[in-house]
Amino acid sequence: MMDLHVYEQALFALTLLNPEAPCPSGIRTWNDSDPIARLAVYRNNVVSSLIDALADTFPVTQELVGPEFFRAMASIFVRQSPPSTRVLAQYGGAFPVFIEGFAPAQSVPYLADIARLEMARVRAYHAGDAEPVSRDVVGLALASGEQMAELRLVCHPSVSFVTSKFAIVSLWAAHQGEGDLGLVDPYCAESAMVARQGLDVLVVLLQPGAAEFIAAIQSGIALGEAAGIAVHTAGNFDLTHALGLLMTHGALTSIHLPQRLDS
Amino acid sequence: MTLPARIFQATDDVGSMAWHVQSDTGRMHELVRASLPARAGIGLKSQHFRAILDTNPDVGFFEIHAENYMVAGGPYHHYLGLIRERYALSLHGVGLSIGGAAPLDVAHLGRLASLIDRYQPAAFSEHLAWSGHGDTYFNDLLPVPYDTDTLTRVCNHIDQAQERLGCRMLLENPSTYFEFTRSTMGEAQFVCEVVRRTGCGLLLDVNNAYVSCVNHGHDAQTYINELPLWAVGEIHLAGFARDCDAKGDPLLIDSHGCAVDEAVWTLFDAVTARLGPMATLLERDNNVPPLATLLDEAHRAESLMQPHAAAGIGTGWRVTS
Repeated sequence: MMDLHVYEQALFALTLLNPEAPCPSGIRTWNDSDPIARLAVYRNNVVSSLIDALADTFPVTQELVGPEFFRAMASIFVRQSPPSTRVLAQYGGAFPVFIEGFAPAQSVPYLADIARLEMARVRAYHAGDAEPVSRDVVGLALASGEQMAELRLVCHPSVSFVTSKFAIVSLWAAHQGEGDLGLVDPYCAESAMVARQGLDVLVVLLQPGAAEFIAAIQSGIALGEAAGIAVHTAGNFDLTHALGLLMTHGALTSIHLPQRLDS
Repeated sequence: MTLPARIFQATDDVGSMAWHVQSDTGRMHELVRASLPARAGIGLKSQHFRAILDTNPDVGFFEIHAENYMVAGGPYHHYLGLIRERYALSLHGVGLSIGGAAPLDVAHLGRLASLIDRYQPAAFSEHLAWSGHGDTYFNDLLPVPYDTDTLTRVCNHIDQAQERLGCRMLLENPSTYFEFTRSTMGEAQFVCEVVRRTGCGLLLDVNNAYVSCVNHGHDAQTYINELPLWAVGEIHLAGFARDCDAKGDPLLIDSHGCAVDEAVWTLFDAVTARLGPMATLLERDNNVPPLATLLDEAHRAESLMQPHAAAGIGTGWRVTS
């Protein structure tokens, strides 16, 4: 038999996210007022605090549609996909996909990708700490001749990338006061690397093929093969530029040759 | 006022004093060795990290919400580490769900233990409430009925938390908006019994006491006097919002979004007249103002505590049995 308390809390829990649900039984008010008004305080606390958490994580997404639209959209998401984590910095990973399928937001086609970029920024902000590899080590490794293709590059825990059919980097930057929003062509495809350098989270515009290159090295593929994958995606992939970009932004934490270093 | 026999003092091999507590299950817990300074503290907000390090404000301690720091790395840990080097820390959990019908989340307890190990807080506190059910986390502090079943469950959860975390915890009295027909005892009686059975301390939230008493037609001063004041290890002060219930009677909402109300300051003054100066947190989680505004509130709390420096019935932290 189900524990009575579990059952009661389950019933109460159901009413918190459903504004149409009747008030659970067993509730008392000192002045015999209708408890629904008091239950509404809990309902509002739950939904509005979770919307606030999303607004913290997705500020540009909110700016693009305005706070009223954003909160209405977020309230539907919160009721449909409440957090399973007690760490709210991790909440919202499913929000971009929700936005993609949210019909009233279709007039802003790049909204979901901007949300992806913002979620990646929050993840980078709280990602683990690691020292970037020094320029000397990178220089030595890249001068290793024929072994160079065998090198394994390890990215900083904060590194991720977002690819898009839209100008997500330019749009996001314009909302940080960098560049003129009016001059941005939103339909120009852009990809971003997101990484934390020191205490700052960076959004870096990637050249064609670079996102695929980063994905390959993050999955443990050797440098030569990773470059091949990138070239296959974009014929004009520039390996030197991609490596320089990773190095400049402190996005590499180690470079090594598997098996051979110890011999 | 009687002190339970299960709190007593011990001296370790380097001669420093430690408090021990024995729960009803016979388990022993060493109390957190350092208690918070008997001064006012403020909540640590990320927008104030730099200003705190740049200006070294004269404040007794900082309090953090544990769940905000359950992240791998980055600026939160960077700044907390630097601030902890200069100030005492209170670790305040909001997600353990001590009043939950389901078992405690042992992974969450593990994350709390890691934070305690890393930052050595002078106090750890949690709420008499539940905040999640099944796989869903509600991010709110939800009420429990005050009956013997709940009492047993809450005490078991506190025993488990104190054992896993290796320290005595403080339990915060809640702000609530309705009561349960199933309750067989008052909130103060329930809290007294929890403290007696588990040896935990009390985080006396004066704002919650006022909010709940207005919301349930009780007298706040009477309610506070019925609590186990000897076990208070920390006080919380915060602001509330005003609303009305379906009959038009006042319904106060624990919003943490504005200044402390005068009625709450009056209750705080009466509490400190009895207890003497006590670690007192000014809570502000919404509409967070500039650091200077929070420090002004902290200074007001200290100026109210000052005349009562000679008072004090003693607390569970300092009285031997």
